Amino acid sequence: MKVHVNGEAMERPAGETLADLLAALGAVGGRVATLVNDDVVPAAARTAQTLAENDRIEILTFAGGG
Amino acid sequence: MSADPFQLGDLTFTSRLLLGTGKFSDSATMLRAIAASGAQIVTVALRRFNRAQPEDDLFGPLSRLPGVTLMPNTSGARDAAEAIRAARIARELCGSRLIKVEIHPNPQHLLPDAIETLEAAKVLAAEGFLVMPYMPADPVLAKRLEDVGVASVMPLGAPIGSGQGLGTSEMLRIIIENSRVPVIVDAGLRAPSEAAHAMEMGCAAVLINSAVAAAERPADMAAAFAQAVQAGRAAYRAGLMPRRATASATSPLTSFLKEETRNLRPET
Repeated sequence: MKVHVNGEAMERPAGETLADLLAALGAVGGRVATLVNDDVVPAAARTAQTLAENDRIEILTFAGGG
Repeated sequence: MSADPFQLGDLTFTSRLLLGTGKFSDSATMLRAIAASGAQIVTVALRRFNRAQPEDDLFGPLSRLPGVTLMPNTSGARDAAEAIRAARIARELCGSRLIKVEIHPNPQHLLPDAIETLEAAKVLAAEGFLVMPYMPADPVLAKRLEDVGVASVMPLGAPIGSGQGLGTSEMLRIIIENSRVPVIVDAGLRAPSEAAHAMEMGCAAVLINSAVAAAERPADMAAAFAQAVQAGRAAYRAGLMPRRATASATSPLTSFLKEETRNLRPET
């Protein structure tokens, strides 16, 4: 299935969970926040969040800023 | 000197220097500057996770600093809706209720959008955030923000990163006189003397980033700002003497040689 991760189109296995996607990308632990189609998905809900065709996933973290 | 804490909502802080984490050459330099500053609140920004450098992450080292509370900002938001979304994401990420609402639609001058800032502040304060709005130095807006429940107001001294100093000091004076929440000067300062000036005027704290990060030796500059903030605060508490239009002698003016021939006039 095709999904969009941080604006980038990506081919992922059908039925993949958000937790699986994060692990595959190396974004593990509590260091990232996630949104699927603009809704915040809390860390505890990522294993239950199954991704679907054309989902827009945002993975965010902190950077330096004033 | 006695402990002199200030409150942001229900949180109490003793350091009146807040530090931003942008523009540092590397994380080690940033961490040394934070330590030297004594800051208890440091700002961070949100950005997309970088797959190419998954370890290029500030959250780990910052979250291990003792006594430091993170204050995420909403930089990059162009309107209230984007800022509100960023605030919710940031809280999910670090659990901190402090949020610096920063909405500047124009990258040329980075000046804050007063209308969108007020709207975002209203929504976020109602959701339990401790809202810290980066704002124009506008006394009327400061009261409007206070009315919607912000934890502080953070008027700019000058445009972000400009180092132009306290260009808004007359407006800041009015804001301070009228504010029931802490007034924190955010943005534009270059020299520790400017931070001291802001504190002497009665600001509760100052937020510094570029002036430290872009200094030749950031940790040393952070320490200098810490001292300036403490000195300025101490001076404010000590009470500055009134300003006078004329001289006022500190030594006796009576002559001890020819007093009888002098025509001394009373001071005006």
